[in-house]
Amino acid sequence: MSTPDPQRIDRRLAIKWIVAAGAGAALIRVRPLRADGAAAAPGSPAPAQAGYGTDPGLMKPYKPGDFWPLTFTDAERREAAALCDVIIPAEAGSPSASSIGVADFVDEWVSAPYPDNVRDRRTVIDGLAWLDGESTRRFGAGFAEATQAQREALCADISAEAPKDTEPGKASRFFRKFRDLVAAGYYTTPAGMKDLGYVGNVPLAKFDGPPADLVARLGLTDEVRW
Amino acid sequence: MAIVTPDTTADKYDVIVVGSGAAGGQSAYTLTMDGARVLMIEAGRNYDPRSETPMFQTNDTAPLRGVGTPDKPFGYFDATIDGGWSVPGEPYTNASTEKGREFKWWRARMLGGRTNHWGRISLRNGPYDFKPRSRDGLGFDWPISYEDVAPYYDKVEMLVGIYGTNEGLENTPNSPDGVLLPPPRARIGELLARQRGRTLGIPVIAAHRAVLSRALDHASLPAKLHPGNAMAQRVLAEDMQNRAACFWATPCGRGCSIRANYQSTTVHIPPAMATGNLDIVASAMAREVTVDADGRATGVTYIDKATGKEHRASARVVVLAASACESARLLLNSKSAVFPNGLANSSGLVGRYIMDTVGASWGGHIPLLENLPPHNEDGAGGGHVYTPWWLYKEQLAGKLGFARGYHVEFETGRGMPQGYGGYGEDEGGRTSYGARLKEEARRNYGAYVSFTGRGEMIPNADSYCEVDPKVVDKWGIPVLRFNWKWSEHEIRQVAHMQRTFADWLSAMGCTSKKQPGSDGSKAIEPGGSIIHEVGGTIMGSSSSTSVTNSWSQAWDVRNIFVADGGVFASNADKNPTLTIMALAWRTADRILDQMKRGNI
Repeated sequence: MSTPDPQRIDRRLAIKWIVAAGAGAALIRVRPLRADGAAAAPGSPAPAQAGYGTDPGLMKPYKPGDFWPLTFTDAERREAAALCDVIIPAEAGSPSASSIGVADFVDEWVSAPYPDNVRDRRTVIDGLAWLDGESTRRFGAGFAEATQAQREALCADISAEAPKDTEPGKASRFFRKFRDLVAAGYYTTPAGMKDLGYVGNVPLAKFDGPPADLVARLGLTDEVRW
Repeated sequence: MAIVTPDTTADKYDVIVVGSGAAGGQSAYTLTMDGARVLMIEAGRNYDPRSETPMFQTNDTAPLRGVGTPDKPFGYFDATIDGGWSVPGEPYTNASTEKGREFKWWRARMLGGRTNHWGRISLRNGPYDFKPRSRDGLGFDWPISYEDVAPYYDKVEMLVGIYGTNEGLENTPNSPDGVLLPPPRARIGELLARQRGRTLGIPVIAAHRAVLSRALDHASLPAKLHPGNAMAQRVLAEDMQNRAACFWATPCGRGCSIRANYQSTTVHIPPAMATGNLDIVASAMAREVTVDADGRATGVTYIDKATGKEHRASARVVVLAASACESARLLLNSKSAVFPNGLANSSGLVGRYIMDTVGASWGGHIPLLENLPPHNEDGAGGGHVYTPWWLYKEQLAGKLGFARGYHVEFETGRGMPQGYGGYGEDEGGRTSYGARLKEEARRNYGAYVSFTGRGEMIPNADSYCEVDPKVVDKWGIPVLRFNWKWSEHEIRQVAHMQRTFADWLSAMGCTSKKQPGSDGSKAIEPGGSIIHEVGGTIMGSSSSTSVTNSWSQAWDVRNIFVADGGVFASNADKNPTLTIMALAWRTADRILDQMKRGNI
């Protein structure tokens, strides 16, 4: 069985999407939450099964699986981990996504009972099944068993499409959703925050503001009034 | 005195305060510091920020990375307990499902209420804001002026601790020297916004927020706040020493275990409890204000949520501080032979003229802020600068097409990542991943700036709450039904916000082709969603045109006072909490005076 060149692949064949339901916009917040922002509408349907409730113990550290059972099979978990690491690979000084538990976060996310999560569950579970099938069709090996080069070739092909409702767009939309979840999961960990350059969340005796040389470089020295 | 149960309340109190947030906390504080015996009735559970605030927890230790869910709409670590846009078993309804007619109502069922999570922005109303009708012919004048409230703004600012500066700008009052705390330094994006704002004629000054940028002066403030009252001075001096200065970390919305910011539970309730004059009954849902045959209030009945049983508490005076709409609901549900249309409602105006703040946002990517060297921008857990309304003269001259102003709050900087930051979606729609995604994330982190407009809504006859004729809550108490409508003034104001923000972002070097539309009705946030709802028991100069008089006292029942935002006759762009506290202090002083004189 020959391996098709992903650059030449017929997309109508390659990207047959099986999810009918719309995946919607990115549901991970694109901005930090604020105390006076808008969120879910009043009377939003209550979760079909219990979530963590309106008075969870905030002081207790939480682990995926504490509030609701997880979803991924062993095979899905391996595939999700492989996809995590195409999306956020290890680099010098920063770990890969799967090595710090991001696949478990994706599992936690798609297992939660809230409406956004229920919607994403379908997208992710069906998307993983499709990706595995596509990998087998192209390479004779499921996504978790494919070589890194094969995984990257497949992802390059999917991500080149804009996420939308057409057949190839749906594959891209799954990829965008999965990418968003991986990025959210990764950049909220201590390792991910360090990679971004977030250096806060430590008590300080005083707040110095931005470094003076940075202020000068941007021509803003005259704006510092206090 | 302390946290009590329905079985251990006293037979009679001087004052019952319904609610424990900014209004209830301030009322209880002022009353108990002067020796009055107070019962506070709170619908939510007891709450102690010292032991219950997740201060340094990172989002990877929260379910779903801490993002908002229907259970916790502002995020897992948000301080709100048993609340949000919906409260289980305690619904509300909307009369219309039409777009633009919806009202959203945020509640928090916990001691301290919404003060545990609020934005801490603390702006004084200015002189125009109390007399808006005199200025432009719209809405209502208040029966009081800035000069009546100014001494109470001074007191609240000294008690709570507000950082900011005095700039002497139009309708943006200064505080007396020495009252404000020093503001934290501006962040890099805030400095850039100031520089580029100047080219558009937009001022940027220090924010005013209820965060201790340094410890309060416990040696001198108590005597200024409570002259001649040794007990109050002693209690306050001791309590102030238990409030630490901000250590420039952790978001204020989680609450503050070191009591560096204002919550009713960090500032008002601890000293009020220390006086020995305050009882609090929690998880107690007020049902009705009771009256005698002469039409005087005698107390409050409430449901003990633990048992579902009804109880009754008695007092000389009842202070409603349950939030604007909840206090209106309580009055409307307090029907009797003497008051068949609800209590204090001879005007028919209870529930009328509900106002929220007008809200809209616009943001963009600023290339100048890419790839900045890592530095700590947590700061005071909220904005360090803001823009007060700056076009008073143009507006008065009729050049803007809308009658009232807005202020601008900024979101900039390198805060703790909450979720995915919007990087990695290039213009062609390709989804970035791999090494490129990581590079983009590092480059773009901290380069997003957004502006949020917070504007004045003019009260109108189509925006009100009433008792729903069919729906009751789980305790059998009739719920509120909301009616809502924006006027052209709000819609045009939002369009102006959006245009201004897009121009401002361009001046900061934003190159995004995405531009806001010119139709403000598409960008305006739904009514109630800014959580600044006021009105419903508005104060005025006559009993036919208002529910309360200039002392926030019900025209119809002289021993009922409304301490919350219900009495607002207008809703300036300034966030309401500071004014709620100032008016609650003033009202409590009046109650003390009238009780001493035997008038109530």
